[in-house]
Amino acid sequence: MLEVRQLSKAFSGLKAVDDASLDARAGEIVALIGPNGAGKTTLFAAIAGFHRPDAGVVRFDGVDITGQAPHRICAAGMVRTFQITQPFAKISVRDNIMVGAYARIADRTAAASRAEAIARRVGMGRQLDQRGADLTVAGRKRLELARALATGPRLLLLDEVMAGLNPTEITEIVDVIKAIRADGVTILLIEHVMQAVTSLADRVYVLNQGRVIAEGTPAAIAADPVVVEAYLGHGAAARLGGQHA
Amino acid sequence: MSRRGLVFVAGGLVLAILYPWLVRAAGAAGLPVAPNYLINVGMLVCFTAFIGQSWNISGGFAGQMSFGHVVFFGTGAYGMAILQVTYGWNPWLAWPVAAALGAGVGWLIGALAFRAGLKGSYFALITLAVAEVFRILANSVPFTRGGLGLLIKADPGMANLQFRDPIWVYYLALLLCVAGLLIAWRLTRTRFGARLVAIRENEDAARALGIDVYAEKVKVLALSGAMGAAGGAFYVQKYLYVDPWIAFGVDKSVEMLLVSMVGGAGTIVGPLIGAGALTAINEITRMLASVVPALKNVQPLSLIVYGAMLILIVARLPDGLASLFGRRRGEAGRA
Amino acid sequence: MLDPAIIFAGVLNGLLAGGIYVLVAVGLTLIYGVLHIINFAHGSLLMLAMYAVFFLWRLLGIDPYVALPIVIAGSFAFGYVLYRGLIGRLSHGRDENILLITLGLAIVFDNVALLLFTGDSQTIDVAYAGTIVQVGAAFLPLPKIISFLAAIALCGVLGVVMARSQLGKAIRAVARERQGARLVGIDVEHVFAIAYGIGIACLGAAACLLMPTFYVSPTSGHAFVLIAFTTVVLGGMGSFVGAAAGGLIIGITESLGGLLLGEQLGQIGISLIFILILLLRPTGLFGVGR
Repeated sequence: MLEVRQLSKAFSGLKAVDDASLDARAGEIVALIGPNGAGKTTLFAAIAGFHRPDAGVVRFDGVDITGQAPHRICAAGMVRTFQITQPFAKISVRDNIMVGAYARIADRTAAASRAEAIARRVGMGRQLDQRGADLTVAGRKRLELARALATGPRLLLLDEVMAGLNPTEITEIVDVIKAIRADGVTILLIEHVMQAVTSLADRVYVLNQGRVIAEGTPAAIAADPVVVEAYLGHGAAARLGGQHA
Repeated sequence: MSRRGLVFVAGGLVLAILYPWLVRAAGAAGLPVAPNYLINVGMLVCFTAFIGQSWNISGGFAGQMSFGHVVFFGTGAYGMAILQVTYGWNPWLAWPVAAALGAGVGWLIGALAFRAGLKGSYFALITLAVAEVFRILANSVPFTRGGLGLLIKADPGMANLQFRDPIWVYYLALLLCVAGLLIAWRLTRTRFGARLVAIRENEDAARALGIDVYAEKVKVLALSGAMGAAGGAFYVQKYLYVDPWIAFGVDKSVEMLLVSMVGGAGTIVGPLIGAGALTAINEITRMLASVVPALKNVQPLSLIVYGAMLILIVARLPDGLASLFGRRRGEAGRA
Repeated sequence: MLDPAIIFAGVLNGLLAGGIYVLVAVGLTLIYGVLHIINFAHGSLLMLAMYAVFFLWRLLGIDPYVALPIVIAGSFAFGYVLYRGLIGRLSHGRDENILLITLGLAIVFDNVALLLFTGDSQTIDVAYAGTIVQVGAAFLPLPKIISFLAAIALCGVLGVVMARSQLGKAIRAVARERQGARLVGIDVEHVFAIAYGIGIACLGAAACLLMPTFYVSPTSGHAFVLIAFTTVVLGGMGSFVGAAAGGLIIGITESLGGLLLGEQLGQIGISLIFILILLLRPTGLFGVGR
């Protein structure tokens, strides 16, 4: 469904993403992990049309969408959320989600009922009349998800929707994401919460210094010495191995 | 809209329609103020509310604050005047064409500025500069007759859109005002309006959610431009004269921004409330200046009050005077 | 074709006019370029400072050049208090809010001036105002030459102060890392208010240097607002060399534009420069891309 090939993006000489390739097949949940500053969010932004890549190709359903404007990519069925939540502060949760719903629905009443249905689905049914600015961190994360979902995507790019949540909230949102996948939406997510990655992802890509250094099932990734080194520094795998031995 | 809101709106409208007759009745009953003066003040409130609404559509709802909105007003004013004076058009025909000219200028400014990615203060400043360019051009090119200005021949009659009785001018302004309110109300109920608010609140999120931010911004500036120009055309038709300063002076830009900001930017009734407050303060100081000899220079006071109100509103009351009318109604206005 | 001598005189006159724009803009480039505060009240504050110079001369007989230290100190204090008491406190750190609040201040200042001083324009009558210096075919008023040189000097001094001195470094650091500075215990609002005060102090200097050849009225500031912003944008945000070059380029453009297009249309150059720079090269001629 999504094919990213040899994508590179530099900011004033610094390569944020370097020759990265990845795939997401229809119905999958794919996780993108890596240390801070690895270039995950930049890669997301480049895929979703927020940055024009310096090199490389992004294909969605076989169609080249490289460098297209975000609204076109959204219309094609791919939508992203933001790691730093961006609620429309002065309007209600309902109105926030309706903005997403309007991507496919012109009628106000229909958009409102879709927004309400989606709010219930992500567990915000009781917060419909709250203002975006008045939400808690967990509420804002849910709102990011709900708004993106309201655009009717076939591929959802989730950027750290669990950061800053407590364990109960994480369990709740993991269930929500599973339900979204069950409805046929493919999901690519950036995540730091390994517990969530393990329980959600079919496959994992590891990004370090802009490059994809590993790919595989969550279990295989957790055991990969290259990955451990990327996270903990040079020689860490050997040291850990030494302790176990 | 709630039933209470509906009653409120209907009542307001009936009152606005009856206003000139009530004033004349009061005049006949011995009111010490000339009825025609009061009708004129009512006309001013409606007209100012309408051009404020023009600013509010793009500056309030879509958050694209302009410091040079007079460029639309002036385009409409000159369009209306030139079409009549130079080309002999009938004003009824010239009016919509003048509005379309304003839409064209709005589209052009939007296409240039938003294509270049200008927002916030930069957009505000570039509109200011564009208005300056228009003012200087109007001052220099032959078809505006430069600083001499253009005079439309007085020939009262319905066919010429000129009226001896100020009641008709008042009704015309009321019509504009109501049209402005309806446009703003529609924005709160449509996809287009919801997208504008989304762009105002967070442009990146709006883009991610499938909004063509550039296209929507250009559209709203064209709509706002059409309204501003329709207002300018009305003004010319009322006073039958326009010159570069009337048409493109920075004071009017500030006035359009002020009534909208003070009344409540991004609300339906904000510009109307702001226009009412501005006109009231203006008229009171003017009256004081003419009645009390010691206060004959007191007129600047109205703008001092208004400038201070702008500062207070920005700092403490971001939704303007409109939000003082009860939180419940304020929210209904936004929903 | 125009006579080269006229062009030469035009360029020189433009340079001198440009020197005045530099004077007005240099404070703005500090406030706008370094602190990213869009000070729409800049022109109105200049007007107030010019009235201060006028009244010092009229009531106390103080020569405008002698008044320099008094007006500079007074302007600094006024700017500091204005930022501390109003702008910084009320804007909640938002760009558009600062723009609107300084617009509100401009409206208040202009109309207070109108209320107190009426709309009449006032001039200072000093002996040297009419002194003319001949340079080639050009006749140049001495006070304008003085203000030109002072403008260049002021740019140099500010540039060095901002780049080298402890205070300058602190201001730039705080402007860049507002949150960080707050965390390490720096009184951010104090530093910003000082920077704003310095910017207004520059206006004080400008007012003293302007008054021998200019008149002041409540609307005097208006003419300078767009010019000052154009100068800053043209020169590049926060660049003092840029402000100097920008001001001079604008002065020459205006002067030659006036010669070639006539007095009325000549003014259009400034607005057009401003628009084109914003559309095509928002970092300005000397600015660094970010």
